[in-house]
Amino acid sequence: MAAVIFLASVAALLQLFISYCRSLIAPSIKQPLSAEVRDVTGIEKAASGEDFVRVIQLLHLCPERPEERGHIRAIGFYFRLLNFMRATLARVIPAVQSWTEMERGQCAYFAAVALDRRIAFSRDMLAQQIDV
Amino acid sequence: MPGTIGYAIWFLGALLEISVVVCAVLRGSFRRYLCLNLYMLFSFLLSVGRYWFLSHFGLRSSEYKYFYFYSDAVLTIFLYLALITLYLHVFDEMKVEKFVRLAAILLLAGTALFSYGVVQQSQTKMLTGFFVELSQNLYFVGLVLTYVLWGAILKLRESRTQLIQLVLSLGVYFSAFAATFALGNMLPNFQLIGYIVPVFGCLLPLAWAYAFWRLSPDARMVPARLAVVPR
Repeated sequence: MAAVIFLASVAALLQLFISYCRSLIAPSIKQPLSAEVRDVTGIEKAASGEDFVRVIQLLHLCPERPEERGHIRAIGFYFRLLNFMRATLARVIPAVQSWTEMERGQCAYFAAVALDRRIAFSRDMLAQQIDV
Repeated sequence: MPGTIGYAIWFLGALLEISVVVCAVLRGSFRRYLCLNLYMLFSFLLSVGRYWFLSHFGLRSSEYKYFYFYSDAVLTIFLYLALITLYLHVFDEMKVEKFVRLAAILLLAGTALFSYGVVQQSQTKMLTGFFVELSQNLYFVGLVLTYVLWGAILKLRESRTQLIQLVLSLGVYFSAFAATFALGNMLPNFQLIGYIVPVFGCLLPLAWAYAFWRLSPDARMVPARLAVVPR
């Protein structure tokens, strides 16, 4: 009985966690990227999963905005979960391959939007320091 | 659990619980989600109470154990009621408030009876055993109910972003706890559970504080985009 509850709970956990991460990513998808972030990241319109690690490295170069720290961690965890699904489940179910790739791309786009915000945040901080 | 890491997680959890209430008050969402906020406030007060019992009577004292298990059962019932108020938000326009409340009371009574039946058959027929059993069963019932509510949100095309995130984070919380309890039953000597449970306990207030602080109550999204299986 405990094993059945465990499996059902893990299945529900995965499904709800994926939906929760999507609800975090959803508002970013509509936001256009600034020209400089497009130049730096090489993302023109749609991002691919391969861009994620590079964009995260760029994110770490900018001063952190405290309000989105948990957000980026959750999406990082979601990205690793997608990688895991791609390496395991996608080999058995081919449809999962294209789905995980699309999701990974959205994670990368989310990170690029966060990079955009951090650059604007750094610029504001610099402007404030110059004023002082 | 206590030890330096245990105390740190505990303190963080309590801080996050009270920050949910503060965020909701500052953003004007306290009354809108009254039951959710009262749950967090109550949870914070119980954390303080548990710390008081722990520091006065010690970790292995029966006073602390009784307080811990009884308060946990009360807290779980409170969370169950908070979940029911989320149902009332989603079904607001359908005028089925009375039926939802009646079904919730019947389900709670049924779960309590089932838990009593399980404890009655076991060798240790203690009241504490009943409350532990009730908590575990309510977590699973909560998981099922949240899953059904998520299905209703998709079906009814509920688009309030804040409400959607509150429901999803509650679902993640319930399923994580139900999985942990089941794992604990399968592997009774798995010591790490003592740390996993409080860490999960921090995630719900974190997600709710975020939802209250960052999301406008009027913000909307298309729920069908969030479904794992495309609709």
